[in-house]
Amino acid sequence: MQQIFNFIFKNSHRLLFLLLLLISLVLTIQSHSFHRSKVISSANFLSGGVYERINGFSEYLNLQTQNEILVQENARLKSQLFNIKDSTLVPSLDSIKGIDKVNLIVSKVIRNSYNVYENYITIKGGEKAGIKPDMGVVNSLGIIGIVDNTSEKYATVMSILNRKSQINAKIKKTNHFGSLIWDGKSTGFVQLIDVPRLAAIRKGDTIVTGGQSVIFPENINIGTIDKIYIDNQTNYYTLNVKLFNDMTNLGHVYIIKSKDREEIINLENQTKNE
Amino acid sequence: MSFVRFFLLLAAQIIIFNNIDLFGYINPFPYILFILLFPVNGNKQLLIITSFLLGITMDLFSNSGGVHAAACLILAYARPYIFKFSFGVSYEYQTIKINDVLTPERFSFLLVSVIIHHFTLFILEVFQLSSLWDILLRTIIGTLFTLLICIILIYIFKPSKR
Repeated sequence: MQQIFNFIFKNSHRLLFLLLLLISLVLTIQSHSFHRSKVISSANFLSGGVYERINGFSEYLNLQTQNEILVQENARLKSQLFNIKDSTLVPSLDSIKGIDKVNLIVSKVIRNSYNVYENYITIKGGEKAGIKPDMGVVNSLGIIGIVDNTSEKYATVMSILNRKSQINAKIKKTNHFGSLIWDGKSTGFVQLIDVPRLAAIRKGDTIVTGGQSVIFPENINIGTIDKIYIDNQTNYYTLNVKLFNDMTNLGHVYIIKSKDREEIINLENQTKNE
Repeated sequence: MSFVRFFLLLAAQIIIFNNIDLFGYINPFPYILFILLFPVNGNKQLLIITSFLLGITMDLFSNSGGVHAAACLILAYARPYIFKFSFGVSYEYQTIKINDVLTPERFSFLLVSVIIHHFTLFILEVFQLSSLWDILLRTIIGTLFTLLICIILIYIFKPSKR
């Protein structure tokens, strides 16, 4: 007994080291393996608050570009408003009661990361503003990511520049579906994999979100095809997609609140359980 | 002194050095100076615990699980061995000061420490052995960058003699 105590006492710093190392390795492996199981996330009052302060300063340096983006968006929306084709058209069935299927929450990026393989963005506004995990995040140019963790006032977003991210997308012209992933090489490009060889595609075609996911509505811009090659193992097309968004410079974002989401998920779960 | 250094380095790291993004993806990590400048014959348990806290705070701010915590712990644990490597076997009986004029011994101590920290950090961060070249590239460029910043910081805050 005496010897055991002696051993523990003598090697206490070693045992401490091993214990803490084990904890950090578990946290590391967890963060690489699962979605939203993170204990350590920047959606908390401490880091969220600090990032909000820092962003308050750096925002001023960026005001001009952000203004320009907003002006462009305004111009586009105005042009849509003035060019409404025919107001006597029969409204489509799902908007017959004047209810929008999709609601938007406006938010602001307070911390953006793009220098590692698994990038997360911290945004202002959390559960209090109605933001919940698994909501889609977009801006005027295209998609940005999916909400990962939320706290009362902040939320983290899994950027599309994250190796764990996988988003359903399609080619606008031909409606062929694929999965949008990131290979971690460049912040301006993502990859669309598993596109069937039947698809007639060309360089420059537009890629938009597909309707198969409940996170993003259909037809939100992503980017244009930059390169086309054939995957040797699967024999499907892999497309290099040039993003419309500059992921290194993000300002205001919109979080998509889909009303049908819970209904669809409930229905799918019911079907599975039967 | 160490206590003040802990918060100052952490704040500088989060506010300034995490936003440098050289070539788009390289950031220096001079916050490890806390571990390097910890008193040579200081309490080992204390160093291990504070290194863990230092790393886990970094992880908290960069959404990276426990990557920084693990790298800091390994550096803190390896520190006596790096001392032995750089200053000779009887380092414990000398009065070693790291934050002073750069000598070959001090430089080799900084170099080895930074390499160990960065290599573990990037292995755990990338977590894919197929991108070994990328890990090595990030380690090399990151090491040079961190080393430069560390030496500049040491010279700026060197306790004046006389």
